Order: sequence, then structure tokens, then C-alpha cells
Amino acid sequence: MRADTYASNGSILEAQGVTLRFGGLEALNGLSLSLKPHQIVSIIGPNGAGKTTLLNAITGVYVPDSGDIVFRGQSIVGLKPFEIAALGISRTFQQTQLFSNMTVLENVMVGMHPRTRSGFLGGIFHLPGERKAEREIRERAESFLDFFNLVTKADRMPSHIFIAEQRRLEMARAMAGEPAILLLDEPAAGLNIQETETMGDLILKLKGNGQTIVLVEHNMHLVMGISDWLIVLHHGSKIGEGLPEAVQKDSRVVEAYLGR
Amino acid sequence: MGKRNKIYLILYALGIFVIPVFLRNNYHLMVLNVTALNIVVVIGLNLLIGYAGQISLGHAAFFGLGAYLSGILTTTYGFPVGPTMILAVLITGTVAYVIGIPTLKLEGHYLVMATLGFNIIVYIMMIQLDRVTGGPSGFAGIPPLRIGGFVFNSDRKIYYLFWTISVGVLLLSLNLIRSRVGRAMAALSHNEVAAKCAGIDTEKYKINLFACSAALASLAGSLYAHYITFISPGTFSIFYSLQIVTMVLVGGMGSLWGSVFGAFLLTLLPEFLHGVKDFSVLIHGLVLMGVLVFFPQGLFPGILQAWMRRRESVQAETAGGKGT
Repeated sequence: MRADTYASNGSILEAQGVTLRFGGLEALNGLSLSLKPHQIVSIIGPNGAGKTTLLNAITGVYVPDSGDIVFRGQSIVGLKPFEIAALGISRTFQQTQLFSNMTVLENVMVGMHPRTRSGFLGGIFHLPGERKAEREIRERAESFLDFFNLVTKADRMPSHIFIAEQRRLEMARAMAGEPAILLLDEPAAGLNIQETETMGDLILKLKGNGQTIVLVEHNMHLVMGISDWLIVLHHGSKIGEGLPEAVQKDSRVVEAYLGR
Repeated sequence: MGKRNKIYLILYALGIFVIPVFLRNNYHLMVLNVTALNIVVVIGLNLLIGYAGQISLGHAAFFGLGAYLSGILTTTYGFPVGPTMILAVLITGTVAYVIGIPTLKLEGHYLVMATLGFNIIVYIMMIQLDRVTGGPSGFAGIPPLRIGGFVFNSDRKIYYLFWTISVGVLLLSLNLIRSRVGRAMAALSHNEVAAKCAGIDTEKYKINLFACSAALASLAGSLYAHYITFISPGTFSIFYSLQIVTMVLVGGMGSLWGSVFGAFLLTLLPEFLHGVKDFSVLIHGLVLMGVLVFFPQGLFPGILQAWMRRRESVQAETAGGKGT
């Protein structure tokens, strides 16, 4: 893993007054937040609070109308999604976006794209260097499958494995890009209680390896169980943050979820 | 390339190189020679359609650029044949690159419109620039292919040359799609947002692939010009573009073996239909409709799937038999 560089306040990612409008709707409204490395930071809030929009802004899928997003001391606003991925921010999607035209193993191999080179010529002529690189890619992808407990499904097509496995596969693909920050968009959606628990353990295991994780999740049991820090969004603004126990008691947060 | 693909490729190449032993008729050889070139163009286009998710309706123009550049430069200006073909490939690739930059940066199917327009422009230029191109009556007297002192002056000699190139292009393309670049292309054709977020520069890949695809068409065009030694605009109209797209669709998008199959089928079918004269167009149309209705994913993948299912059910039966 590469040497991490952090801003002076020790944050790895910082959003400063990020505003993003869709027509008249302000999906993000002057949002500021800062992420500490090696933690699980959960972003919660009612539907339409702007959680997924925030992830899309960080990964370059949407470009903010104003404000700045700084990753390791570098502004990433205006960079293309593939450039941001190459810098070290990977993500999963609320609705899994797997490449259904290739096998489980190949999906992970694609995830390693920004960390490998070899271009058209190497591919066309299968040069010796290319073969060696290809073998390494395969082996490394297999080790990711091992970590995410998918080895036995390596040759299956993504549509032929369980939803929980699809979620893990998407995480494996994201981790294959060796990100500094892993963004998880509702990784427990569609999972049963037991699968959710396994998912929680897996996320903790990643954190144990030093991974910085941003978790967007509706399952409060999971969020409260594994998060180091909570950020609460409502109508595109941050209405509170803190340790899970503290946020749970915050009257504004309760109000946003349940109404007055 | 997987082991199985390697075996298929060797069998295919063997078959191809044995065929002319049984053929006495030069016309049959000529049809097969044209098939070899069509395969090159169709594989190039299938890389674009199946792996960049983009459709070109202008491949006849790229084919034509190769043919006319080679023809004019060698005949009128006395350029050597081999290097001129490479020059034509480079020029055509650059032209495609320039078309691709503005159109492929936009999301959506703008390339179809751009290439359609381009094909029409090139076609009109072939007719109107008659001092250079010979106009509607065509351009004749193109020198035959030669390597060193060896002149490819018979259909049989050409057969081995064209099919070596055709099989070679298939081999290299099969290599490409099994590489890191090929995986990236397959990913972007299937889910562009996910591909971008996985760190793939989708624009760059699409533009490069389009240029490569055009370059392959140009190569085939140059070979065609030196083989037939006479070219006229009619060959390079939009209808040939449509024919090539049809071969890709019938063979199956994204299936390179399907492209071989599609090119064979649709190049040979009209020849078999000579006997039924006026009905040939009707039967041709019915075959196409049948394929698109019953095998929307392409004839080759469709047949393959049906065969696999059959084999699986047979296996299941025998396994079930053992169990009881």
C-alpha cells in the first residue's frame, strides 16, 4: 500500500461547502465534512437526504456546482471518474453494477485496471511480459476472491450467484483497485439478518487491515454496530455528526427521521 | 486466448488451408477470397459494436479509403504496393480518430450519425473527384500484390495470402479480447458508469478501438483493390456498410467466431441463391428476419447455447439414471 498523505488536520478526504443542484432541487446544500483515515464513517439520513449524491460527487460521476472536494491535499473536483478511481477512491453501488458479460473472477480482474499497465500492443501480440502480467493479475484477483469468500464461484457468471455474493463481489472488485478510501453504498440492501451480520464482519475485517471506509446504509443495527463515526444528512446538509451513541440521542437527528 | 480457442483456431486454419485443394473453379476461389476480406472487416466492426458498444454505418467508407488510397497512390504516382497499404491504414486510422474524438466523447449513439454522413461524403467524393478517382466509371489498372519478386497473380495464390491475413486478424483479435485491454473494453460496453468507476478511461478506449476498427477495414480495402485491380464507387456505398453491420448482427455481437460465421453465411448465401433468381432477395430477407426473430443475440451464440443446453440435459439424464 502506498504511503498515505493527509491534510494538516489529519483528514484523508474533505468536502468544503459542496453544493449540487438538479434543476431547482438542491441535492447537496453547502455540505462540509472531513474523513479520518482507517475508520468506518457512516453517512445516514432519510431517503433523499443526498447520501448517494454525495458518493457520486466524490467519485466524479456528478460535478458539484460549487465547493471543493480535497483528497490527500489535492482537489478532485472536475476530475473524471476513472482518474479519481486511479487516485485511490473506489466504490460499490446501491444497485449492484456488475459486468454480467464476464465471470466473477474477471469482474475482479477488471477492478485491478488502474493498478496494472499493458496496452493494445501487449494484448494483441501476447508478448511475454503481457503473459506474466496476466498471470499475476489472475493470481491477485484470486486472492481477493479468497478474502471475500468467493473462490468457489470464480467461474460463475454474476447473475448466477446469490445477492449477498454479488454484494461481496462488488466489494472485491472495488478493493482490487487498491483504494485509499472504499465507498460502500448500501452494502446490506437485500440481505437477510445473517447475511447482514456477515457483511458487518467483513467490513470490520477490512478496517482491521487499515482500510478507510465510507458506509452509506439504512440498516441502523449494522451502522450502530460497526461505525467509528456518524454523519447525518438531511435535505443535502449535515445536521449532525459524532460517535454513534451520541448521534442516536441527538434531538435533531431523531426529528429528521421521525418528524416532530 | 484460452486453450479451447487455440484448438478451434488450429482446426479452423487447417480446414481453411485444405479447402482449395478440392476447388477447381476459380470463381469459387474468388468468392472465398472476398469472404476472407469480409471477415477482416466484420471482425473489426464487431470489436467496435461488441466491445465499445458503438455502431458504425461508415465502414464501407473506410474500406473504400483503403482501396482508393492504395489504388491511386500506386497506379497514378507509382508508390510501392506494400508500404502504400500501410500508409493507407495509417491515414484511414487517423481520419477515424478525428471523427471519433468529438462524437465518442458524447454519451449515446452519435457515432452512427457521424459515420453515416461520412460514408455519404466519401462516396460523393469518389464520384465527383473524377480526375483523381476516375469518377463513376471507376479506377482501373491497379497493380497486383507482390512480395519481393513474388506476384500474387492467380486466385489460388491470393487465397493463401488473404486467408493467412484473415486468420491472423482473428488470432490477434482473440488475443486482444482476452487481455487487460479486452476486459476493459468488455466492461465499458456493458456498463459504462461501473467501468469508469473501476478506473477505466472509457473515452480513450472507445476512440482507439474505433480507429483500429477503421484501420482493419482500410487494410481489407487495400487488399481488395490490388486483388480485383479495378474499383468503382458502387462497391463502397452505404449498402456495403449495412451488409457488414448485418454480418456482425447475424454472427452475434461480441462473438468473434460469430463474425467469421456471419461473414461466411452472408457472403456465400447470395451465391447459393443464384439458382432461384428473382426469389433470391426474398429468401435472403427471410433468412435475416428468421435470425433476428429467433436468435436475437446472433446465430452463432444462439446455436451454441442450444447445443450446450441439449448436452446439459443429456448429461442430467444419464446422471439421473445412475442415481436410481
